[in-house]
Amino acid sequence: MSSLSATIQDVFNEPGCGKNANKSEAERKKGCTKQLQPGGAAGGCAFDGAKIALQPLTDVAHLVHGPIACEGNSWDNRGAKSSGSNLWRTGFTTDINETDVVFGGEKRLYKSIKEIIEKYDPPAVFVYQTCVPAMIGDDIDAVCKAAREKFGKPVIPVNSPGFVGPKNLGNKLAGEALLQHVIGTEEPDYTTPYDLNIIGEYNLSGELWQVKPLLDEIGIRVLSCISGDGKYREVAYSHRAKAAMMVCSKAMINVARKMEERYGIPFFEGSFYGIEDTSDSLREIARLLIERGAPSDLMDRTEAVIAREEARAWAAIAKFKPRFEGKKVLLITGGVKSWSVVAALQEAGLELVGTSVKKSTKEDKERIKELMGQDAHMIEDMTPREMYKMLKDARADIMLSGGRSQFIALKASMPWLDINQERHHAYMGYVGMVKLVEEIDKALYNPVWAQVRKPAPWEDPSTNWQSKAIAAAEAEAAALAADPVKAEEVRRAKKICNCKSVELGVIEDAILANGLTTVEGVREHTNASGGCGACAIRIDEILELMAPVAPPIAAE
Amino acid sequence: MATVTVGKKACSVNPLKMSQPIGGALAFMGLRGAMPLLHGSQGCTSFGLVLFTRHFKEAIPMQTTAMSEVATVLGGYENVEQAILNIYKRAKPEIIGICSTGVTETKGDDVDGYIRQIRAKHSDVANLPIVYVSTPDFKDAFQDGWGKTVAKIVEALVEAPKNTSRRDATRVNVLPGSHLTPGDLDELRTIIEDFGLEPTFLPDLSGSLDGHIPDDFTPTTIGGVGVEEVAAMGQAGWTIAIGEQMRLAAEAMKDKTGIPYRLFERLCGLEPNDAFIAFLSEISGRPAPMKYRRQRGQLVDAMLDGHFHIGGRKVAIGAEPDLLHDVGGLLTEMGAHILVAVTTTQSPILERIATDDVLIGDLEDLENLARERGCDLLVTHSHGRQGAARLKIPFFRIGIPMFDRLGGGHQLTVGYRGGRDLIFDISNLLMADHEENHEPTPESWRGGVESLHTASH
Ligand code: SF4
Repeated sequence: MSSLSATIQDVFNEPGCGKNANKSEAERKKGCTKQLQPGGAAGGCAFDGAKIALQPLTDVAHLVHGPIACEGNSWDNRGAKSSGSNLWRTGFTTDINETDVVFGGEKRLYKSIKEIIEKYDPPAVFVYQTCVPAMIGDDIDAVCKAAREKFGKPVIPVNSPGFVGPKNLGNKLAGEALLQHVIGTEEPDYTTPYDLNIIGEYNLSGELWQVKPLLDEIGIRVLSCISGDGKYREVAYSHRAKAAMMVCSKAMINVARKMEERYGIPFFEGSFYGIEDTSDSLREIARLLIERGAPSDLMDRTEAVIAREEARAWAAIAKFKPRFEGKKVLLITGGVKSWSVVAALQEAGLELVGTSVKKSTKEDKERIKELMGQDAHMIEDMTPREMYKMLKDARADIMLSGGRSQFIALKASMPWLDINQERHHAYMGYVGMVKLVEEIDKALYNPVWAQVRKPAPWEDPSTNWQSKAIAAAEAEAAALAADPVKAEEVRRAKKICNCKSVELGVIEDAILANGLTTVEGVREHTNASGGCGACAIRIDEILELMAPVAPPIAAE
Repeated sequence: MATVTVGKKACSVNPLKMSQPIGGALAFMGLRGAMPLLHGSQGCTSFGLVLFTRHFKEAIPMQTTAMSEVATVLGGYENVEQAILNIYKRAKPEIIGICSTGVTETKGDDVDGYIRQIRAKHSDVANLPIVYVSTPDFKDAFQDGWGKTVAKIVEALVEAPKNTSRRDATRVNVLPGSHLTPGDLDELRTIIEDFGLEPTFLPDLSGSLDGHIPDDFTPTTIGGVGVEEVAAMGQAGWTIAIGEQMRLAAEAMKDKTGIPYRLFERLCGLEPNDAFIAFLSEISGRPAPMKYRRQRGQLVDAMLDGHFHIGGRKVAIGAEPDLLHDVGGLLTEMGAHILVAVTTTQSPILERIATDDVLIGDLEDLENLARERGCDLLVTHSHGRQGAARLKIPFFRIGIPMFDRLGGGHQLTVGYRGGRDLIFDISNLLMADHEENHEPTPESWRGGVESLHTASH
C-alpha cells in the first residue's frame, strides 16, 4: 500500500467523525471514497479541499504541481483575509507541459521550489500534488525532502491529488500534512495558561476578526488558528496550546483529535455563528482552559463579556423583530451552517420554512429538528422548479443560500442573500449576527424586487415563464393526486442512494421481503449505501418508519 | 516586428493562462441545449464552473465524467458511457460536447472510439449529436481550446451543401474568437443585419450567457445556436472569422462546404472596422447605413479627445494573443507605447504586435517588466489586481476572468461604437488617476528639467 492510500485509510478510520461512527467496519474501510456519478456531479476535488484548508496560511508559498488547469483556473478565488503577508494570494504552479508528462515533472518541481525560495524567501513552501503528476509517478515527498535538505527550509508535501476523492477528503489530507510535517516542529517564545488553538476556521471575509477582539479582551491568546490568518510558525508551535476549539463541522477533525492524542490538548466542537452558539463557545473555551490550569476568574471575565455583548446584540436585533414579523426564510445550505444559522435566524424572529440537509450529518439534522420542531420541512433534493414554486407561493420571502441556487432566486426576482464561501460579508460572533440581520432586512425591503417583477409592456403575465413553471408544477401535482398508482410509482422512484442509484421502492421491498432491520442488511440486499455511505441516515429513517410496532414495554 | 520569447522559469507565478479544456467547454456553451462535459476528474469541471459563474454571474452548465484514481488507470470507457447516459436522461440535451483533460490524455483514452461503441450499444443516444475534442491541459491555452472546439463542431455538424448553386448569398457565418464578449456578438449581429445580411454565429454566447431571464429552468445551455442551424451553415455565402484563433475553424468550414472566408484579425479600432464595413458593403451590395457613418465620426472624435490621455502612455498588457493584438492595436494607434506584452500561447499574430518583444509568460513577468520599464497603465484580466496594487498604476480590466467588476460579459470592443466606448473608459480611468495621484504641487517642478523625468504627467 502506498503511503498516500495508507493515509487515506487512516483518515477514513477517523473515530471522531460522526459519519464514521454510524458505519460498519467494512463500510469504514471504504471510507468516503464516494464513487461519483459521471454526468451527475460537480463538486470540488481533493486537491481543491486541501488548498481550501491550507491556503489561508498567509506567509507560506503555496505551490501547485500540475498542469495549468489546477491552479490557473482557480487561483486567488478565496475570500480569506490576512492581517499580514499577502504571499498566500500569489499563484505558484509548475504548469507542467507535454515534455514533463513524458519525462517526469520532478526536476521542474525542484527548480520551482528553488526559484520561489530565492525570489520570495517564505518561511515554508507547501507543495500540492495533483492528478497528472500523481499518474506519471512524480514523487513529491522525495522532491520536498531533497529541497528541504538543500535549502534548509521546510518544504511540505501535501499529497491530495484531485482524483482520490472529494473536497472534504482533501481537507483531512491537508490536516494530515500539517500533523506529519509541521505541528510540533517549533517552539513558541513563551506560553501562557490562556493559549488556545482554533482549528478549521479560514477567516473568510475576515470573520475571525469579529470574534478575536472578544478573546483579546477576556485575555485568551489565540496561539494558532488553523488556518485562517495563520502563519507558518504559529502552526508549527501550536502543540503548546492548552485547549482547542474546532469549528466548521468535521473538516479538520483529524487534526483536533490527533493533537489531543499526541499532545493532550483537549478540544470541543463549537460555532461562532449565532448569538447563543457564540456564548456557548466562549464559555466552553474558558472552561477547558481553567481545567488545564488557568485561574478560575477567567470564567468571570468571560461571563461579563458574554452578558454585555448579548445585551447589545439583542438590543440591536430587537429593532428588526417587528419588521421580520411573519417573514419566512428558505435556507439552503449544507453542513454545519444549517443548524448554526437556523438558531441565529430564529433569534431574529424569522420563520424558517425549510433548510437543506443534503450535506448535513445526522447530528446536524438532529439539531435542526430540535430547533425547528419535529415537523421541520427538510428539503433533501428540491428541483429548481420546486424551489421556485416554494419561493413564489409566498411560503418564503427570502432565500439564503450559496452557489448555484442563487440564480433561481435572482431570476425569480426574489430576495436572496449569499451565505456561501465567496460571500462578501462576515457573519461571525455577535457583530456578525447583527450584520446578517441587517443584510436580510436590506434584501427583504429593497424596492428593487417590486421593480424587477413588473411585467414588460408586451408581456402577458398569465403566460410568462414564471406562471408557466408554476402551472406545470401544479399540473404534475394534480395528475399525481388524481392517479394514486402513478403517485405511488413516483414516490417509490425517489432516489435514496445516489452513488449506487437505488430507489426507495427497491429498498422498501427488500426490507419487507427479508425482514431487514439494519442499514447493513439493506446494503447487502440492495447495494444502497454501498458508495459514500451518506444515505445511511435516510435508510435508517426508512427502517424506523417501517419498523413493526414494538410490543408495549411492561411497567417496572 | 516583435520577437516572441518563451519564459525560462520553471515555476509559473500568478498565471495569466487558463487551460484549454475550459476554453473548449465555453465554446460548447454557445450551442443551444448543450451540455459541455469534461472527460477528467471532478475538480477540473468544478474549477471551470466556479470561474465562469464568477465571470458571467450566471448558472453554468458543465459536467464531468468523474474519473477516479482507479478509472484513470483502467481507462474511462465506463465513465464516458455513464456520463452520456446520465446527461441524456436528466438534462435532455440537444448536444453533448466532450473535452478531454490532462488526466485522461496522460493515459490516452480513445474517446472517439468510446463514442462509437456507446452509440452502437445504446439506441437512445445513437443519433444524439456528440462532439469530442482533444484538449490536454498540459498543452496550449484557453483560446486554443476554443478554436479547436469550434473547428470540431464545424467538422461534425455542418452539412455540406448538396447543390452549391443554391447557396444563399445573404447568409453569413460568423466564427467569433473567445476574446469577444456576448455584448460584442450582439453588436456584430446588429451591424451585419443592418446590411440586410443574416448572420449565424458559431458559437453564440450572446444567446446563452448574456444575462437574460430564461424561459424555464433547464440544466443545459439556454439560447445559443441550435444544432440544425449549425448544420445549415453550409448554405451560407460567406464566412467571417474573427481572430487568428478562428482560422482553423474557418478552414474546416471551407474544406467541408467550399464557402470562402475572410478573417478579421481585429475588430477594435478605426481601420479594422473600416475594413469590416467595406467588406459587408461589398458582399451585401449595399452602402454603409447612415448610422455607421455617424458612429465612425464619433469614434474619430473619441480618438481625438482620448489621445490627450492615452497618447504617450507606457502600457503593460497581458492577454491571450488575439485580445492582445486587438486592444493593444487600438492603444498603439492612439499613441500609446506597448512596452510590455505578455501572452499565454503561440500564435502567428504575435510577431505583428507593435512592440519589441512578446513574452509567453505569466503575471509575475508582466508586473516585473512593467516596473522595470516604468509603465503607467496595466491592462489584463482581473488577476492583475494584486500586481496593479503593488505597482500603483491605473489598471484596466479586459478578458476572462473578470470577477471583481460587473459587466465583463457586456464589455464592448468591436464596431465603431465598441472602440469609442473603450477609449472613453480607458481615458476616464486615466483622468481619475491623474486627479487622485498626480495633481501638480508647488514642488512638482522644483527640480527643473530633471524633474520632468520623475514627475507624473
Ligand atoms: S481533479 Fe485533478 S487535475 Fe482536475 S483540478 Fe483537481 S487536482 Fe487538478
